[in-house]
Amino acid sequence: MKIHEYQAKEIFRKFGMPIPDGEIATSDNEVGKIAARIGKPVMVKAQVHVGGRGKAGGIKYAKDAHQAWELSQQILGMNIKGCIVRKVLITEAVEIASEAYIGMIIDRAAKMPVMMVSPAGGIDIEEVAATTPEKIMKLHVNPMLGLQNYQAMNLARFIYGDIKTARKAAQVIMQLYRAFMHIDASLAEVNPLITTPQGEVIAIDAKINIDDNGLFRRPEIEAMRDLNEEDPSETQAKDAGLSFVKLDGSIGCIVNGAGLAMATMDTVKHFGAEPANFLDIGGSSNPEKVINAMKIILKDSNVKAILFNIFGGITRCDDVANGIVTAVKELKPPVPIVVRLTGTNEDMGRRILEEVNLVATSSMEDVVKKAIELAA
Amino acid sequence: MAIYLTKKNKVIVQGITGRDGAFHTQQMIEYGTNIVGGVTPGKGGEIMHGVPVFESVENAVKATNADTSVIFVPPQYAVDAIYEAVDAGIKLVVCITEGVPVIDMLKVYHYVRTKGARLIGPNCPGIISPGLSKVGIMPGQIHKKGKVGVVSRSGTLTYEVVHALTNKGIGQSTVIGIGGDPIIGTNFIDTLQAYNEDKDTEAIVLIGEIGGTDEEEAARFIKKFVRKPVVAFIAGRTAPPGKRMGHAGAIISGGTGTAAEKVKALNAVGIPVADLPSQVADLIAEKLKSSGKRQMKISKKPTTKKAAVSKSVAKKKSAKKAAKK
Repeated sequence: MKIHEYQAKEIFRKFGMPIPDGEIATSDNEVGKIAARIGKPVMVKAQVHVGGRGKAGGIKYAKDAHQAWELSQQILGMNIKGCIVRKVLITEAVEIASEAYIGMIIDRAAKMPVMMVSPAGGIDIEEVAATTPEKIMKLHVNPMLGLQNYQAMNLARFIYGDIKTARKAAQVIMQLYRAFMHIDASLAEVNPLITTPQGEVIAIDAKINIDDNGLFRRPEIEAMRDLNEEDPSETQAKDAGLSFVKLDGSIGCIVNGAGLAMATMDTVKHFGAEPANFLDIGGSSNPEKVINAMKIILKDSNVKAILFNIFGGITRCDDVANGIVTAVKELKPPVPIVVRLTGTNEDMGRRILEEVNLVATSSMEDVVKKAIELAA
Repeated sequence: MAIYLTKKNKVIVQGITGRDGAFHTQQMIEYGTNIVGGVTPGKGGEIMHGVPVFESVENAVKATNADTSVIFVPPQYAVDAIYEAVDAGIKLVVCITEGVPVIDMLKVYHYVRTKGARLIGPNCPGIISPGLSKVGIMPGQIHKKGKVGVVSRSGTLTYEVVHALTNKGIGQSTVIGIGGDPIIGTNFIDTLQAYNEDKDTEAIVLIGEIGGTDEEEAARFIKKFVRKPVVAFIAGRTAPPGKRMGHAGAIISGGTGTAAEKVKALNAVGIPVADLPSQVADLIAEKLKSSGKRQMKISKKPTTKKAAVSKSVAKKKSAKKAAKK
């Protein structure tokens, strides 16, 4: 799950990280009030779940409250890479002497968290890694022991020559580590971490992604979910217990199992068409899920045919067939439906489908070819 | 023989009285798995499908000498269940549960290894050695005893491939679903090593998907150590970047973890990658045919030479394929 910069900053602030004063606003008048309260030059920052906000004109400097009010009128409602700006963060504009990067992710291969720091902050870290990898220091952390102070200090000294600044940065690195582990993050970064001419170390931007598997024990993080930033059909699918990703093609796919669902999409492409979606109805045999899946796919006007690819195991073919029959009667789909059933209770499933004149095949390739043929 | 799981494994079910645990306990018993008991705190002393239920894994191990456990508890209890099993001396833990937090798995992964135990999963269908035993949720009847080892990050996609193998008369030594999460207890490399050493496995099927770099590491490992033919399939060629495709681990992030990279890495070490799941069976059939012939011809030559032969065969094949196109 992605969260906004202002939410990431709230989290970091709780862990003691130095973050400039700021508040979130949804209207120009609110912006004016907040900027007036801060009483100094401010940054007006669009809050959307995409990168490149600055380049798109979504981050602006304002010398006073009046200018902040004016600028927010441009930024609120702006479309950045398909995301409408509904909120802006008004935050104190601090003077910058230097910019660094600190970040943390999970290294899947090493099965350890890895800290990354660089004195080259303020730009995309992937770009730094590609062009000047010597400017990045990586450190794997033993998850049993956690990040040790000396390790944080080593990382900090890689960024800053001055010991006083390094000590302050080491604290921030520790705070980043603790926050990451505590909130079940999958990525956390501060870019840039800046120093002021007075020698303060401050996090002026923040990004956190959350591991969805950890949300059950982090209700305060779950509450940060911003439905405006998600595709409505994906939200609807999630509420129905389905795993769904919208794509641009014309063949709607309803499959049991994530791997098979991906392979089904790939097979559609292999035979010359494009899949309209990824959809995994999961392992259980709930006919209700089939109906919901069909409802979601039928909302997409690009869809010219729907294919079911079911390999019964725990999922029973007769349950899925019942779901299909109910869905066909209830929704009267305007596009052709083709079905593949193999595995547990396959024959029962076939007989059930006869009621709505559907003939199930037993081969995945056949059903994909048939769907493409009917969609053309 | 098979890897990790034979008829000798004494299996307990953690979460045996739950809906899924109870159902699959019965399925496993019907398949012939040696289920010796189950664990559900608060229900010790009960009997489930003819086997005793215990209060703790420790009690179950004391009473039954169990060495294997399969976990069906909800995600909020799964980590605790793994630790409990390993601490009680269980040597093979299969965790079916989906939704275990990754941060917890980091610790679990290292802890299980320091204890000398093996964890399969989480978020996996489990393991089956056809004709011997199954510890998991896969439909037993689609499998057939034989000489092909299968390892996969998926569930139903594995069934699809196994079904195609069985239909072609090609049996399996062991089939393992290692799980769809970013951090899992047993990886491709562990399994490849075991299949390579297993005298009853003659060829290996590797089923990967987008996300992470496990397939690339597997390719490097195969090049260095594996002396048996390998055939692969990679799911997610059409997956968009930045989206989690069902499995928590199936996500292309920062431009890495794409299917194209994985196919390239595997091809580079001479492993053919099927375009469709059904083609895996055809490729394996060819490999078995040619490796059978080769063994007759050069049975006493050193193994390194064999590998060189199999690579050139793969090259020829891909050249043929290209010519057809």
